[in-house]
Amino acid sequence: MLTQTVQSTIASPTKRKKPELLAPAGNLEKLKFAVLYGADAVYIGGQKFGLRSKAGNFTYEDMKEGVAFAHAHGAKVFVAANIIAHNEDFEGMEEYFRTLYDIGIDAVIIADPAIVEVCKQAAPHLEIHLSTQASTTNWQAVSFWANEGISRVVLAREVSMEEIRQIKKYTDVEIEAFIHGAMCISYSGRCVLSNHMTNRDANRGGCAQSCRWKYDLFEEAEEEDTETPQIGKTELPMFSEEDDSFTMSSKDLCMIEHIPEMIEAGVDSLKIEGRMKTVHYVATVVNTYRKVIDAYCEDPEGFVFKPEWMDEILKAANRPVTTAFYYGSPTEQDQIFGVPPKMAKYDFAGLVLDYDEKTGIATIEQRNHFAVGSEVEFFGPKRDNFIQKVEELWDEEGNSLTEANRAMQKVKMRVTQPVKPYDIMRKEKK
Amino acid sequence: MKNKKPELVTTAATLEEVERVFEAGADAVTLGHERYALRQPGHFELEQIKEAQQIARKHGGRVYAVMNALMHHDEVGELAGYLEQLAPHVDAVVFGDPSVLMTARQVAPELPLHWNTETTSTNYRTVNFWAGKGASRAILARELSLEAVLEVKRNTRIEIQVQVHGMTCIFHSKRELVSNYVRHQGKDPEQEIRAAQRRMFLKEDNREDQRYPIFEDRHGTHIMSAEDICMLEHLSSFITGGIDALKIEGILKPLEYIQTVVSIYRKAIDRLAENPHADIDSGWLDELKSIQDPARPLGTGFYFKQQIY
Repeated sequence: MLTQTVQSTIASPTKRKKPELLAPAGNLEKLKFAVLYGADAVYIGGQKFGLRSKAGNFTYEDMKEGVAFAHAHGAKVFVAANIIAHNEDFEGMEEYFRTLYDIGIDAVIIADPAIVEVCKQAAPHLEIHLSTQASTTNWQAVSFWANEGISRVVLAREVSMEEIRQIKKYTDVEIEAFIHGAMCISYSGRCVLSNHMTNRDANRGGCAQSCRWKYDLFEEAEEEDTETPQIGKTELPMFSEEDDSFTMSSKDLCMIEHIPEMIEAGVDSLKIEGRMKTVHYVATVVNTYRKVIDAYCEDPEGFVFKPEWMDEILKAANRPVTTAFYYGSPTEQDQIFGVPPKMAKYDFAGLVLDYDEKTGIATIEQRNHFAVGSEVEFFGPKRDNFIQKVEELWDEEGNSLTEANRAMQKVKMRVTQPVKPYDIMRKEKK
Repeated sequence: MKNKKPELVTTAATLEEVERVFEAGADAVTLGHERYALRQPGHFELEQIKEAQQIARKHGGRVYAVMNALMHHDEVGELAGYLEQLAPHVDAVVFGDPSVLMTARQVAPELPLHWNTETTSTNYRTVNFWAGKGASRAILARELSLEAVLEVKRNTRIEIQVQVHGMTCIFHSKRELVSNYVRHQGKDPEQEIRAAQRRMFLKEDNREDQRYPIFEDRHGTHIMSAEDICMLEHLSSFITGGIDALKIEGILKPLEYIQTVVSIYRKAIDRLAENPHADIDSGWLDELKSIQDPARPLGTGFYFKQQIY
């Protein structure tokens, strides 16, 4: 076995070391899908100290189960503890990190250096990654954090591809960079719009996404009367009736077409955003990046980007996509103004529980409504998608059905190609 | 019992303003080179910083050079040379990015360092972390309560600075958000923004009475608070709490405004340091109100506010 591996490595010297594919997991179910669909690591939130106070977030029990599942599949689990802390937020923190270490969590993602200190004290062997919330933008800052015992730095989203190359040249710490998902339009951690407009602390998980609200832009006009320059200034609109509002909404990051460059730049971990996203989103996005990374690393020279990968990614997209700062400063083309363009929307229609090879019949657990006559698409880890019509439906007792209209209802249907448990059946929203 | 007088720190846009704010009673000014400093009222070349130091010395005051930008690759390479030249002419450097701290410790180990990341300087443990790295002063986030500020001070050995007057930055993006909007309208940002720069503001659709100043520069887009902090009536809490420096932010304000504000805080600090229970002259507050832009309310920021998350 070992000899074989060595031989195959020698036989293809151009292969690349695969970077880690890191996926979000808002809850235990999403963690399992992320791992099964090809993530090398997942990041989750605990009950405390994380920024997504509204994501599912894991109890210690969930974490144990998640770690057991991930480790059994050769994947790692990271926990985000990425708040910017206030004086009172440190209570119970040492205990928390000790528990994470005991549970077998592989690393924690931290933004505040004081929390780094607590973690180092409480769980000296727990690996620490510096969060993107620390807005690390240059190699010297990266090496500063490396000296603090940080094993990996998640770069600021403002760093370009060329800057990543420079950072990798000057440092030897692991670099993690975002490849997909929603983005702060500000430097992460450097926005308190939410605090000022809603009293909700953005840097402790309360962000109200005020940046995506509608604003109007004005110019303060100079007064003729210079006697009292502070008083009674007038406002001139810098827009006309038909103009869109001033908004600060970024398109979502998508680097699916640029994975080879990320790998060649030396990025160690490719990160997908979205602990609040659905199972369908996580499975689709992870699956597609997995295919691209594998295809490139297997044969870098022969690699050709398949347009179907982009089509697939867009089936889970919530917004139009951009490469953000990787190739220069984002322009108006990288933002969303006015009514957001309608994206193709797909529902997670059903989950494959079982498949009978002899009869070609699959058992499906319903997740969203589908019926006889629906056009559905199956996708799953390491397989090609296929589209088919639902010809007939039966319940578990074999009674004929016209539709699957109850959540978690188990139904049977004939499939035109073999399927496996955990394959997903999706349906386009009409 | 006499209290230690906190240092009164303010900003200046030009050398002329440096002179005027010291005359008005400031103990220190912050200023910087636009390449390395965020949100300054003016730009100072090295030569001008040297002159500012001369002016400060004449008044027994200090000059702090602001280098609080998030540094990108190009700037990092320049830091050593710049800091080496700058160090003899300033009393401290204000930093946010670790690259500035690391470089300063190499090329100018004696230079005092003030840590200021604005939004993320929120607890005493983090303050003490930077103290351990060589910071002699921490400038706290404006999104802290008075109680939290005093708790930080009680739990650190380094100097603590807070803002007592003026506007605060509430958003910083590296993107050109105003130019992008103007281009989206099909207009030329050069034409549209140049004249309006630093006089533009946003209104949110459900907050029509709030004007948030917005401007663009080489560091991206900055949005500022709709109200000006005014802590004149609460200065005694800072003084008895041992806060080391009080900042009056002068960005987007005319010189006359800054001079008046500085002179009033000067009088108040002098009086309260003698006797923290002394009254603030109601005339002082009236004078501050009389020079205030009516579209910008005076408030107490987050000092008496509870935040949720």
